[in-house]
Amino acid sequence: MTGATAPDSATTSETTTSDRVNGGEALIRSLEMEDVEIVFGYPGGAILPVYDPILDAGLRHVLVRHEQGAGHMAEGYAHATGKPGVCMVTSGPAATNVVTPLADAMLDSVPMVCITGQVALPAIGTDAFQECDTTGITRSVTKHNFLVTRAEDIPRTIREAFHIATTGRPGPVLVDIPKNIVDANNPDAYFEWEWPEDLDLPGYNPNLTPADVDINAAVDLIMAAERPVLYVGGGVLKARGAQALLELAEMTDIPVVTTLMARGAFPDKHELCLGMPGMHGNYTAVTAIQRSDLLIAMGSRFDDRVTGKVGAFAPDAKVVHFDIDPAEHGKVRKPDVSVVGDCRISMELLNEELRQRGLPAANPDRSPWRQQVSGWQEKFPLTYEQSQDGELLKPQYVIERLRDLSPSDTIVCSGVGQHQMFASQYWEFNHPYTWINSGGLGTMGFSIPAAIGAKAGMPDRMVWAIDGDGCFQMTAQELVTAAVEKIPVKIALLNNSYLGMVRQWQSLFYEERLSEVHLGYDVPNYVMWAESMGCVAFRVEDVDEVDAVIAKANEINDRPVVIEFRCHADENVYPMVPAGGSNDDVIVDPSQTPLLEAERAAAAIAAAEGETA
Amino acid sequence: MNRPGDLAHHTLSVLVENKAGVLARVADLFARRGYNIVSLAVAPTDDVAFSRITIVVDVESAPLEQIVKQLFKLINIVEIQELSAFDAVERELMIATIEAPTETRTQIVELVNIFEGKILAVGPAAITVSLDGAPSKIDDFETLLRDYGIRDLQRTGRIALPKMDRSVPVLRAVGDS
Ligand SMILES: Cc1ncc(C[n+]2csc(CCOP(=O)(O)OP(=O)(O)O)c2C)c(N)n1
Ligand SMILES: [Mg+2]
Repeated sequence: MTGATAPDSATTSETTTSDRVNGGEALIRSLEMEDVEIVFGYPGGAILPVYDPILDAGLRHVLVRHEQGAGHMAEGYAHATGKPGVCMVTSGPAATNVVTPLADAMLDSVPMVCITGQVALPAIGTDAFQECDTTGITRSVTKHNFLVTRAEDIPRTIREAFHIATTGRPGPVLVDIPKNIVDANNPDAYFEWEWPEDLDLPGYNPNLTPADVDINAAVDLIMAAERPVLYVGGGVLKARGAQALLELAEMTDIPVVTTLMARGAFPDKHELCLGMPGMHGNYTAVTAIQRSDLLIAMGSRFDDRVTGKVGAFAPDAKVVHFDIDPAEHGKVRKPDVSVVGDCRISMELLNEELRQRGLPAANPDRSPWRQQVSGWQEKFPLTYEQSQDGELLKPQYVIERLRDLSPSDTIVCSGVGQHQMFASQYWEFNHPYTWINSGGLGTMGFSIPAAIGAKAGMPDRMVWAIDGDGCFQMTAQELVTAAVEKIPVKIALLNNSYLGMVRQWQSLFYEERLSEVHLGYDVPNYVMWAESMGCVAFRVEDVDEVDAVIAKANEINDRPVVIEFRCHADENVYPMVPAGGSNDDVIVDPSQTPLLEAERAAAAIAAAEGETA
Repeated sequence: MNRPGDLAHHTLSVLVENKAGVLARVADLFARRGYNIVSLAVAPTDDVAFSRITIVVDVESAPLEQIVKQLFKLINIVEIQELSAFDAVERELMIATIEAPTETRTQIVELVNIFEGKILAVGPAAITVSLDGAPSKIDDFETLLRDYGIRDLQRTGRIALPKMDRSVPVLRAVGDS
């Protein structure tokens, strides 16, 4: 525009009040309205029109190397920051590539919004190029999904998607957007921008605040219990409830177990912390639950990896179940008291009621129970045998050294397998949101992209991925993303040359008939591979080198680092409850088996004498 | 064969947003979690924004409480009412084509009259009849027709509404039988 003459007034008022956008611009603007700072994505035909306005947007786009990576990065980001992770991919094969992360986020209740391109509306149903029924395919792996059919519906749909993803029990929401409604060349894709004030979700009203009667009933059980255990799950982290939990545990003097999804929700170094229960939980956590007379399930869902044989799980315990999802109450174990609501709000109300009843002064004496528990801790700690001279490394040792040489608020991500269990067991999690793993779906390949997402969201924190050689080969290409996008994650690759967890099951339950589990140490050459992807890479085979290399890696802040630790091939994860078995039959480390058998024999004699007396 | 009148069955009246794909979500949920649907009827309500799905579920496949809670997690489901046969009015429609040679035709016509059904079409050797009413009445009718030979039979699945509260005078009660 040139010249100083005032333009005619009609035009002025039009340009100032009119705010016409096309669907693509509206989508990006809606993401900005939702305070999205980073999108993990990958372009393609159907989503192309949206990638044009991205150039001018006030948000960062991270170009991944495989759409599965985009999904897991969004999850890692969400786990670490508490904010919803966002990924964006095109139609067809890209949409099917994000199905795994969606399923992962669904099972672990991760808030995530996934935007998929779709073929133009008139082409839907014609088997068009790169068409797939994305909303149909993802229906059972999302909390909700949308197929948007009009450009002007985009802002409201995005708002609803974020609302659903982040409230109640969080989860993934997918928004499928046909190409024509975001196409800048389509006159029908233009509309007057408006950010909706109200949501139109008449069927969605998560209940955050529990009923007073239920809180009171819970307090009654807590006051009456002699052997209570706080069985804490991922819901406490989702509800940002770590502080309220600390207060609850300390006020009531009740021991805490943190499930695989809740590691870090309660500090491992706390004297009330018993660590992880379940299939590879430690003896004390498993046994305390089995002997308890009250299980306070807090944001946990009685997963089969925790309960083992359900009928034999905590047989003498009453159950108070706190969970925001009504469907979790009674799904596996019928609770005596059911408290439906947000875990943080529920614990705050619980703490208040406990104070009303005179706690902490009026707290029942829990010392007999506490003593019994610490007896188990002394007798059956986690243990392993350090490798002999010339032997390869023990994975447990590597994790201990990583733990001790890294800052205490380091964020640890893991893949799935033995290394995951060792990481959960041997790391000391003293801060919430420092442990990120795929618990429900058990997705191999999770750790590298999740670590990248976590580091992108928390750039000032150290992020270590603890990975297996099998897992590494599933998603290693995302290290290219990390190098190019300057997201300096660190990968500890525990190379045991096997699909170790499967090998362990074959060793224990298939008479050592090892079938299709050997990967080999040398191919691929992990150091060369990592270097080719723009990482600094090291290989460690000797116990004496471990510390120095970790220290070196911890000093590198401008590039991703990979350390390949050559680990023992035959290490097994103990303790272990065989699948479907009772937690009472937990198998401990072979070095502790004689002691455990002696204890069990003595207990059996005592029980028999009790009966005859 | 399980009949809708069995104790193992329960009727859910589900108010849903009238949006694309809602029925698929409901059907998917049943399939995925291994719940059995005995019958299903869907139609818009008087408010175009909502539809009502009447589902008869087999509560032997899963506890009713779990089915209801899982259903309620679907974002588009607004309300779920559990209707027992005692506190609901239930109706179903059946049409059937029955073998009807001249020897048995009058017997069939007599049956239709007794049940207050309708004859929709008559052919040389068969006759098409319809009956609406409580599901148990339709069960009985179907059983009796079976002896004559059923060529084709289609039932709609039941629809149901809660019984009105009789203690409050409601004019619309007129005609509710
Ligand atoms: C995508 C996927 N495929 C298969 C499995 C089954 N699985 C669980 S653990 C495991 C072995 C993992 O091997 P590795 O990454 O080397 O870890 P390790 O157990 O050796 O520590 C396999 C194959 C899985 N969890 N995820
Ligand atoms: Mg391995």
